[in-house]
Amino acid sequence: MEKDLWIRIPLSSNYAAAYAVKDVDVDVVAAYPITPQTTVVEKIAEFIANGELNAEMIHVESEHSALSACIGASAAGARVFTATSAQGLELMHEMLHIASGLRLPIVMAIAARALSAPLSIWGDYSDVMNTRDSSWITIIASTAQEVYDSIIQAYKVAENPDILLPVMVAYDGFTMSHTYEPVYVARDRSIILDYVPKKRPSWNVLDVEKPITMGVVANPDWYYEFKYQQVVAMEKSPEVLKEAFQEFEKRFGRSYGFIETYNLENSKIGILTYGGLYGTVTEAIDYMKKMGMNVAAIRLRVFRPFPYEELLKVVKNLEALIVIDRAISFGATLEGPVAMELATMAYKKGLDIALHSYIASIGQRTVTEEDVIAIVKNTTALLEKGVKVTEKSIYWGVRL
Amino acid sequence: MSSSTKRLASWREIPIGGAITEPGNSVKRPTGDWRVFKPVINQERCVRCYLCWVFCPEPAIKILDKPYKTASGREWKVTFEVDYDFCKGCGICVEECPVKAIDFIEEVK
Repeated sequence: MEKDLWIRIPLSSNYAAAYAVKDVDVDVVAAYPITPQTTVVEKIAEFIANGELNAEMIHVESEHSALSACIGASAAGARVFTATSAQGLELMHEMLHIASGLRLPIVMAIAARALSAPLSIWGDYSDVMNTRDSSWITIIASTAQEVYDSIIQAYKVAENPDILLPVMVAYDGFTMSHTYEPVYVARDRSIILDYVPKKRPSWNVLDVEKPITMGVVANPDWYYEFKYQQVVAMEKSPEVLKEAFQEFEKRFGRSYGFIETYNLENSKIGILTYGGLYGTVTEAIDYMKKMGMNVAAIRLRVFRPFPYEELLKVVKNLEALIVIDRAISFGATLEGPVAMELATMAYKKGLDIALHSYIASIGQRTVTEEDVIAIVKNTTALLEKGVKVTEKSIYWGVRL
Repeated sequence: MSSSTKRLASWREIPIGGAITEPGNSVKRPTGDWRVFKPVINQERCVRCYLCWVFCPEPAIKILDKPYKTASGREWKVTFEVDYDFCKGCGICVEECPVKAIDFIEEVK
């Protein structure tokens, strides 16, 4: 990384998102404030007011309108951005499918938060996991630096003519959105714009010179084919994401993949999680090392498309995998949304691995390094009893 | 599977996102069979005011260069007719006609 091209400043993940939006030169931002997302948009408003970003800020009356305005602006060829959390994301839900169905390269930041009722402003991933089937590429960051970098990468992927799917970049509400970390941001955004150049839109746009109709009705003879196009775009996306990560690393020196691992060698048990909790897990792994236990940490960075090929490479030598989910899929075979993916992957690839699903940190219930160590000890005991797959998810830390 | 014997385009052959990239193609999609009631213009009563033509959302009101002479001897240079290939039977013309010259008749097979 060339040092003079970057400045290192303390930023929350929310501010890091706003800096990324400024540096990719977004044209239109439409958003509605909701805790803990609010400061993303506040910072963008400040950039616009200071003349640091020449963008249209549309003040809307709801998140449904926020994403609708983004869809309209994107359909006009603008580079657009929005951000939300929890109930806001739920209110957008209808428009999530319209954004992806219209194949518009919208990028959204999500400060992940628990869903009401009862009302909770605190963090978990219930909101993000609810968007699972909306055909958005989903990246879950675990540091403020990664939030900044992922939003830049998101435009690169979304605007690729082979993809043209919207991308969401999620991160922990509060534990990331409101905590400060040192972040390298571009001294001059031209280096970022060389990576994500603003060219003629690669997607279908409304143009009086070349009129098209968007948002039409598709009867049973046609609808299925349009949905299959989305399947194909999602199938192509791992390759495009990989290229985007590689070019990013080549230009800027910061390396990202679909997953991240820690202490994989010599470990028989792995802990897979996502977002900021990965930091707690890696800390716990350092403690366990001192205690003579070798445990691996695996972080899921890209949730959609689900990177089962990459995961397979790292989990195939493990005997047991602990999956810690921060969301509940009520009534599912395993209630952890990512645990379900892992179970499918294991079956699909004929993988013989123990899979223990844990639910933790719901509504930001504190999970410490001690909890992670206790989870490993719990799993070790279960393995000794011959429990290969947990009958249901284990609700860690809930008062029974 | 489509019951039609005509081969429809595959997912590869159609624009993404359901966009219609060919303007003005609605003429290829007759919508007349949507109709339950059929507007019929009474040429004797019609005063050629153009209001049906203005209000028709399709548009399915044709103005023909066809002279018409009423029973009372009034001569018109044009004739208004409904394009039944596209008229969906919404009844707006019937509602808007200021001289009640459009009858709305139930379609009978």
